[in-house]
Amino acid sequence: MRYRKSFVELFYKILTGIACYSLIVILGYIIFVIFKKGIGMLSLKMITTVPSGGYYYGGEGGVLNAIAGSFYIAVGATIIAVIVGVPAALFINSHLQHKPRMQSFIRYMLDALWGIPSIVYGAFGFMLMIYLGMSASLLAGIITVAFLITPIIIRTFDEVLNTIPKGLHESALALGYTRMQLAFKVLWKQGFPGFITAVLFAFGRGIGDAASVLFTAGYTDLVPQYLDEPAATLPLAIFFQLSSPIPEVRNRAYAAGIILTAMILIISVSARLVSRKFSKTNLK
Amino acid sequence: MKFRVLQNISNSWMIVSLCIILLIPFIIGVVLYSKSIPVFEITSIDQLLFSSTWKPTQGLFGFLPFILSSLYVTLISFVLSAPLCVLAAIYLTQFASKRLVLIMYPVIDILAGIPSVIYGMWGILIVVPFVGETLAPLFNLNSSGYSILSGGIVLAVMCIPYVLNMLMESFKTVPMGLVEASLSLGASKWESIKHAVLKKCRTGIISAFGLGLAKAFGETLAVMMVVGNVVQISGNPFDAGYPLPALIANNYGEMLSIPLYDSALMLASFILLVVVLLINLFFRYLICKTQRK
Repeated sequence: MRYRKSFVELFYKILTGIACYSLIVILGYIIFVIFKKGIGMLSLKMITTVPSGGYYYGGEGGVLNAIAGSFYIAVGATIIAVIVGVPAALFINSHLQHKPRMQSFIRYMLDALWGIPSIVYGAFGFMLMIYLGMSASLLAGIITVAFLITPIIIRTFDEVLNTIPKGLHESALALGYTRMQLAFKVLWKQGFPGFITAVLFAFGRGIGDAASVLFTAGYTDLVPQYLDEPAATLPLAIFFQLSSPIPEVRNRAYAAGIILTAMILIISVSARLVSRKFSKTNLK
Repeated sequence: MKFRVLQNISNSWMIVSLCIILLIPFIIGVVLYSKSIPVFEITSIDQLLFSSTWKPTQGLFGFLPFILSSLYVTLISFVLSAPLCVLAAIYLTQFASKRLVLIMYPVIDILAGIPSVIYGMWGILIVVPFVGETLAPLFNLNSSGYSILSGGIVLAVMCIPYVLNMLMESFKTVPMGLVEASLSLGASKWESIKHAVLKKCRTGIISAFGLGLAKAFGETLAVMMVVGNVVQISGNPFDAGYPLPALIANNYGEMLSIPLYDSALMLASFILLVVVLLINLFFRYLICKTQRK
């Protein structure tokens, strides 16, 4: 009986352990496949040139247009999301501090908003675009992605603000701070690492998301100069090139895949590092 | 005086931005619904949801094949990912050393952050040939590999970090004293987990699964790349399918040139929105309720 018990114990420990380590294997395998497949085609030219005339038949060129487009869209959308999201997150944690029901209702709505698929945002953005009489452009892409990432910024930032000790709120208010000063002077400073994490996180989502810009940003072989020009994005460039029957074009999609994966890896890792570095100087 | 003005500006800025955010789901819902009204006027809702003829050029829109494909892919991904998530979450919260947990956080982060197009690419490179050349012959079937099963496998991998995170959050809320009480009564560690932790977290587990399903249901690009995109109803997972999000994403180009087509696609988006939002609201509510206790 006792042996059976310890056997069952060991069995489940190993089983759950395998499940856990298999996640590392899966991640390693995906990254390995992506890098192995594309590393041969990766060159400086891929990053620094735009597609030339016969690019989609295997001609010269790179994906600079898509890298720049993705970058512009992600930066623009992040700026809008910060302008709208940061005050909203601060508001939840300063002005609504004494209304816990309201707070949890707002968090509940934001979580639900986070779950809406990006293709729905894409369809909505497309309708909005037609309604406003715009054509597929950088601006339309930025607005659509901003809709997508604002809830993410608010919730991630809010999560950090929520961990700030309530005593700090009280002492600030007791010293005569208004709630606005509490929000922008105390919470903002204390929550700054969370802000950086939230921005990087949202930026990563903005760069990687394809379904929402599929309708709205259009596609072009040029680096966009103005807000009303169409813009290519890296995920869509990979997607379109992968469906090409010509092997050279497909190979370049694999190389572009490495670029995108590397960007996401860098953003993800630096988000963790930055938040760790800043949080050392903060009150716990 | 200047301070007052500043205060007013920043206060209203905060309130306005919060209101905008909270109104977004309603605005999206209203816009998509109002755009899909024209197709309602021609076809009844029964016919839209339960007819399987999809001929946009003749004005026949039956969403059944798409809805079934979506459900099928989602179900497969759920069956594949759910056990793995539960086991891994148990190990990470109960058995694992602190160092392993520190390593696993970035792993989960990165898995969650990889864009869907990369998962799709991985699917085309690995999963599709695996399903087509290794799995299908095992069952004496012919398959190109671009199938519902491939979609399910890719989706399963994509959902793992999402579900795992929520499961871990839920397991962490179990008070240590509960496990210790069980241990002191002579139960082994595994028995304590089974009878105390898992039982205590039942709602949390169900909610995590529900939200994972909702996420899988709305996932677009990765699935679209491996699922084959053929309009048909089939019970065979080695056949190609055509999920709802893929339908929207594939046809946006031509939708303005065929009458009512745009309206039908907006209806598809509306269905997607309503289904995902309702699932989300329901399970998030469950989570909120259990957390408050």
